[in-house]
Amino acid sequence: MTELTKPEPTTVYIKASSGFAALNLGDLWRYRELIWFMIWRDIKVRYKQTALGAAWAVLQPVMNMLVFNFLFNGGVTKLPVDGDIPYPLFSFAALLPWGLFTTALNSASRSLTSNTNMITKTYFPRLILPMSSVLGGLLDFAIAFVILLGMMFYYNYLPGWEVLWALPVFLLLSIVTALGVALWLSAINVQYRDVGYALPFLTQFWFFLTPVVYSSKVFSEQWQLIYALNPMAGVVNGFRWALLGIGNPPDLFVGISAVISVIILLTGLVYFKNMERTFADTI
Amino acid sequence: MTIAIKVENISKRYKIGLASQRFQYGMLRDVLVDTAKAPFRFAASLFGKQLADPGRNADYIWALKDVSFDLEEGKVLGIIGRNGAGKSTLLKVLSRVTEPTRGAVTVRGRVGSLLEVGTGFHPELTGRENIYLNGAILGMKRAEIEKNFDEIVAFSEVEQFIDTPVKRYSSGMYLRLAFAVAAHLEPEILVVDEVLAVGDAEFQRKCLGKMNDVAAQGRTVLFVSHNMSAILRLTQDAIVMQKGQLVKRAPTAEAVDFYLASGQAQAGERIWGADEVPAQSAPFVPLSLRVRDARGTVADRLRSTEPITLEMEYRLDAPVTGLRVGIYLGTVRGEYVFTSFDVDDPTLYEKHSTRQPGHYVSRASLPGDLLNEGRYILGVNASSFGVKRYFMDENALAFNIDPIGAPGIQWAEQRQGPIRPRLNWVIEKV
Repeated sequence: MTELTKPEPTTVYIKASSGFAALNLGDLWRYRELIWFMIWRDIKVRYKQTALGAAWAVLQPVMNMLVFNFLFNGGVTKLPVDGDIPYPLFSFAALLPWGLFTTALNSASRSLTSNTNMITKTYFPRLILPMSSVLGGLLDFAIAFVILLGMMFYYNYLPGWEVLWALPVFLLLSIVTALGVALWLSAINVQYRDVGYALPFLTQFWFFLTPVVYSSKVFSEQWQLIYALNPMAGVVNGFRWALLGIGNPPDLFVGISAVISVIILLTGLVYFKNMERTFADTI
Repeated sequence: MTIAIKVENISKRYKIGLASQRFQYGMLRDVLVDTAKAPFRFAASLFGKQLADPGRNADYIWALKDVSFDLEEGKVLGIIGRNGAGKSTLLKVLSRVTEPTRGAVTVRGRVGSLLEVGTGFHPELTGRENIYLNGAILGMKRAEIEKNFDEIVAFSEVEQFIDTPVKRYSSGMYLRLAFAVAAHLEPEILVVDEVLAVGDAEFQRKCLGKMNDVAAQGRTVLFVSHNMSAILRLTQDAIVMQKGQLVKRAPTAEAVDFYLASGQAQAGERIWGADEVPAQSAPFVPLSLRVRDARGTVADRLRSTEPITLEMEYRLDAPVTGLRVGIYLGTVRGEYVFTSFDVDDPTLYEKHSTRQPGHYVSRASLPGDLLNEGRYILGVNASSFGVKRYFMDENALAFNIDPIGAPGIQWAEQRQGPIRPRLNWVIEKV
């Protein structure tokens, strides 16, 4: 006996797909609760049996910022910053979107292979795994964001009105970039485990190419546009501008990066959906 | 009656062997060409396509070949077959875990799959948390899980430990909890794969009971199992899979009969090649060990209610005195059941105290209603007591006993012990 009326059963057709796989957002919507559960699981597991717990979300960017400040703000050298801003604030602001990105690079790219069991034994839209990995990174982002606000208050750096529209936009762009890269890497990792081995190298390499510890203004005009091909460059610059008002307001530089981000996401979606049908067989 | 599942010519092909078996020919020219093509092959493989490459020896097997059947709503269908017949692959296709290579399936209703118990359980999380997680993975909505939460906990009998991390559970508790969650799935179609194969007797009994309830509620159920008594009890129809093909669809009793009878000639027989016989066993040369069913067919699936014939065929290249040829019977768990030699009877021993060279068969019949269900191992021993052991193979042949029609089989429960005699019980009121 049910209190609710039973809905009309849905009919599903299972057959060998050919050509490009449909995006199937309907299925994703039906499984939306699972996204939440996966995020919840990852977060819970991450901090279980740790003494410091959620403090780790704070420690990482703060320690990074302290080390960078020591090394690059007069220690080893003095790296240029955008405008007249204290170096700790400059680098910490960039570490937030960068942290989200490294979550995508590291845990999201392994999200499929570390859940082999689920993939070979149950059905759910596989998109959920890299998605929830990236979205789970938002929690760390939020915790570090609170620290950032504290720092901004300390250095007396209040954001302008543009933060109201710019911050959500650049946050969204961070997520788009992280997700795009996560989709590509997680799907490739199923077939070629090289991804896992290349990751430390890739992360470091990408870090140097992103203006986290230095300003992108060091590059001359022609190089600027090539530099903008790194989607994280636009994300970091835009994010810093949104919060701190330094650097240029969104221009061609950010535009190029944003376009690259979106391309990576869209192509990543297509690639992922196409390979999804083989995951259970090749993983 | 509406069709819940319509399977049309489903085929599934798998590639076997190593993905890279290159340089099989070793000529430098070919090696260079192969290397030059490598980037293109890599790019193609990223997209799941294989470039035609004569150098690669990709072997394919068809795990499923042209399987078709219909299943009406509310019916319970059993799927039986040997290991590797394609049963699990079929379930995977129906559960959308893997895509068929050819063919189509039309499914009407939500499918709940139980291909493995405890999918998604995380050892660091507590039992409570894992119930929610596992339920969500199996497709239950949060509201559903909450509604059934207390029932799930009660069924699993781990109330006391519900807030302890699952990694501290014993394997029994783990299984009970995992099954409890899965048992409360309420999809229109339930697909179950051999989950009864794990766990102790108590657990299996509980699982069966629950399966029975689910079937009685009018859900459509697809049930794969090696447990013939469970299949007979729970299902109305059954299909028999063999080497990826559906070979029979019939009412369960008929299908089970067909399955048990269709043993391959190789199973149920152990033949010793010349290189498997050590030199010191001469002049005794073992040839083969066979198990035959009541009809004389060599088989490795036998009914417990019928007599079984054991045959040991051997050759003597010289006269041997005091030879005794015998078998050990043990369970797969390593427990001995009995040892018996062909000349245990003193009169037979007198008669065959010296055996002349020649071809021999020592044959014995095990009465029906002796062995319990399970898998047994036969070993052989040819020796002269206290003098010499000619040949011994402790693990020569395995066979399965099916308890269809065995005493007490109407209660589908596991009975302990290797024997299951039919006793003549008398009930008196005094």
